[in-house]
Amino acid sequence: MDVMEAKVLTKNFGVKDSHTLPVYESTGGYNVLKRLFSMKPEEVIEEVKKSGLRGRGGAGFPTGLKWSFVPKDSPKPKYLCVNADESEPGTFKDRYLMELDPHRLIEGIIVCSYAIDCHQSYIYIRGEFVFPKERLEQAIAEAYAKGYLGKNILGSGYDLELTVHRGAGAYICGEETALLNSLEGLRGMPRLKPPFPAVVGLFGCPTVVNNVETLSALPFILGEGPEAYRKFGTEKSPGTKMFSVSGHVVRPGNYEIPLGYSLKKLIEEDCGGMKDGKALKAVIPGGSSVPVLPAKDAMEVNLDYESLAEKGSMLGSGGVIVMDETTCMVKTLTNLAHFYAHESCGQCSPCREGTGWAHKILKRMLAGEGRAGDLETLHRIADNMAGKTICVLADALAMPIWSYLKHFRSEFEAYIEK
Amino acid sequence: MPKLTIDGKEIEVADGTTVFEAARQADISIPHFCYHPKLSIAGNCRMCLVDIEKMPKPAISCNTVANEGMVVNTKTEKVKELQKSVLEFILINHPIDCPVCDQAGECKLQEFYMDYTMTDSEFHEEKVKKPKKVDLGPNVMLDDERCILCSRCIRFCDEITHTSELCFSERGDRSTLTTFPGKQLDNKYSLNTVDICPVGALTSKPFRFQKRVWFLKHVPSVCSGCATGCNIYMDYDDGKVWRYRTRDNESVNQCWTCDAGRLSYPLHNEKRVTRPMVRKNGVLEYSTISDALGEIARALSSLGGDEAVLVGSAQESNENNMALKKFGQTCQIKDLQYSAKPKDDADADNFLIKADKNPNRAGVQHLGYQEFHGGIGVKVVLALEGFSETHLSQLREEGPVAFILLATHLGPETELADVVLPAATFGEQEGSFTNFQNRVQKFEAALIPQGMVLPAWKWLEKIAQELKQPLQLSAEALLQEGFGLKFADLGTEGKILESKN
Repeated sequence: MDVMEAKVLTKNFGVKDSHTLPVYESTGGYNVLKRLFSMKPEEVIEEVKKSGLRGRGGAGFPTGLKWSFVPKDSPKPKYLCVNADESEPGTFKDRYLMELDPHRLIEGIIVCSYAIDCHQSYIYIRGEFVFPKERLEQAIAEAYAKGYLGKNILGSGYDLELTVHRGAGAYICGEETALLNSLEGLRGMPRLKPPFPAVVGLFGCPTVVNNVETLSALPFILGEGPEAYRKFGTEKSPGTKMFSVSGHVVRPGNYEIPLGYSLKKLIEEDCGGMKDGKALKAVIPGGSSVPVLPAKDAMEVNLDYESLAEKGSMLGSGGVIVMDETTCMVKTLTNLAHFYAHESCGQCSPCREGTGWAHKILKRMLAGEGRAGDLETLHRIADNMAGKTICVLADALAMPIWSYLKHFRSEFEAYIEK
Repeated sequence: MPKLTIDGKEIEVADGTTVFEAARQADISIPHFCYHPKLSIAGNCRMCLVDIEKMPKPAISCNTVANEGMVVNTKTEKVKELQKSVLEFILINHPIDCPVCDQAGECKLQEFYMDYTMTDSEFHEEKVKKPKKVDLGPNVMLDDERCILCSRCIRFCDEITHTSELCFSERGDRSTLTTFPGKQLDNKYSLNTVDICPVGALTSKPFRFQKRVWFLKHVPSVCSGCATGCNIYMDYDDGKVWRYRTRDNESVNQCWTCDAGRLSYPLHNEKRVTRPMVRKNGVLEYSTISDALGEIARALSSLGGDEAVLVGSAQESNENNMALKKFGQTCQIKDLQYSAKPKDDADADNFLIKADKNPNRAGVQHLGYQEFHGGIGVKVVLALEGFSETHLSQLREEGPVAFILLATHLGPETELADVVLPAATFGEQEGSFTNFQNRVQKFEAALIPQGMVLPAWKWLEKIAQELKQPLQLSAEALLQEGFGLKFADLGTEGKILESKN
């Protein structure tokens, strides 16, 4: 299928004033609400389950299933928190979804909130996203004025308030429970699980945390039906997904493609191929934390959950970082280690110490002071921190360490003194 | 009531019990830093990771609820590797200078290193530098480099004292324990953070670098600071008490002690009366034991029983007060009053600190003593130390012919006394206090009384002897006679007195 056909999220990208309410309405925006309010919340959840939509923030958890964990009989208020803290290096899709089509997100928020019986939703937006935040606030004001938000939406009797909250610059606040802590005014640190947010979330109440892209797909799913959504993508990975392509390609940028699309085609055709005619060396397919693919694997893989897993990597957030033959993999990994060491919240011993330790070793190697045993130690640090902490930030550095050492070991060995 | 197997041991636990607690119930210890039974679960140290069959990843036992049929391993090679790796991580930025660390000898990190790894570090980088001497508050000093960020102290201030002075700043391996801007760790229980700090990060200002802990010996004892009677260990060496440490007693103080009580230990070491004294020509002078006893005998034998008052003390033990009562029975002195420190309503809370600053008011009242009211025309007062300022000025005004005092400390009371006998503190004798709950709690002797110091009941024996009215006393017998209890009955948790009615 051609990229141009798959327009679930980016339909209005390129349309003049796509961020305004009149333009959104003129393209069928907010039409879904009438149908929505005629449905029972369970039916909405069922439709979303049928669509096969999975969380687009990185973890890929089935969205409808996540919603169904919210206890219906709880007397507490329920919350939807929109994760707009897009911070994974290489990922810049949510930013554009909010800048160019904020009403699609708002409509999606109304769908989800209605489905989980939530009357107060929050958008937790990355602090640095000043412009998207302004666009969002404008759009929210428009939606309130038109009666899409607030009391008794479109005469349905359903109320929903929507509030934007800005983060203060911590990557970890994109982790859903750290996000909740931060929203509550606490230090942004992931919470112990169980309990999960669906049961004990924001202010101790049942909460769904969904990514911007996930929610932005809902107007289409509810409007066109789950079958229409499933026409895109593969049987196991249905739908479309945003991929933010950066690095050594001719046309970096955001691409909405049906899942299952060939990475080779994305790079060579859609992105115009490698910059300056250089040869491809490696691709990080899903944001900086997922395992890197050497060129050979990258040229064979399709962009869906299963194909990427087969090649030992992950779809993640869809941040595709393309590296050509001039890239130093030791430098690249050092850069990543620096990032994760800087962003570790510091509560779990293995992550707090392991990320910093790995970064120091790599920095020393780059400075020409590599020692025998460094690579083994790096590997051991990754082994010892992955899967042993409250959240997966430690894994987010362990996966690059393993994969870089596996595929590009000789480059690292060159930095070790003989 | 799920049944689970831990290290091959099958046990049944109450619903909701964590694997960690289940293991503890089965006498299987799992190493840990951040877990504390009285605090919320933080799950950050990762030291208590265990292997649970059928679980994909190692799980922290402190936050995993025990389920029916669970098979938990805490001692397999796999778990040992986990423990080693967590300790390796914690140690990379921790100073490896145990010999100069004040916590050495009672440091969990040091102990676990010895127990679980004993391997050299592979860390060849520069350690993170952090502040070494942070003055957190009046009683607590912080060495941030030693902090392993377990957050116990933060949770203590959030959840127990509700004062929330402490927090972390910075992130990752730069994370630093600190106080909120403009705040000090200044609450009445701040030294508990030192107790629960598993490493040498938080130290007690009065105790730090005063004594290597392995020289300390300890006895179970009871704090004399107020009517709560917090259970403590008295740490002593070289004829001196060096500190009090909290001793767990769920029914009294759980595992906490207030700062004021905890820091009252110098009473055993300072301003002590060590020799008998007799007032001659208005001046209190050292005397021999026989001169002092002779003086007392003269005062007491020259008058009738109703011309003397015996003053017990809410500051003194059940046994010494009982001894005084028995002395009264022998010498036909019936007027039994007791002195006490004044109540301090400003220094009281609904946790551990009582307005009644006496450890044994319930005990003296049980023995039938009346609170001190003086006695018009009384000629002789024989008293245990413990007068309040008010009582003392009353005594000064009434001006008895002879004020005989069994005193532990030099002070306003000894200044007024005509004869002073050097009495032992509760750290120098076996005995008991009765707290506000009517709970009789035992303390043991840590120190041997120095110089001519004796427990008050032994002095009373000697005075009776001098009066030719021999008394045969012992702490055990006094407790038995006054309270119907034996020391062995008191156990580690004390014993509530049966109501007298």
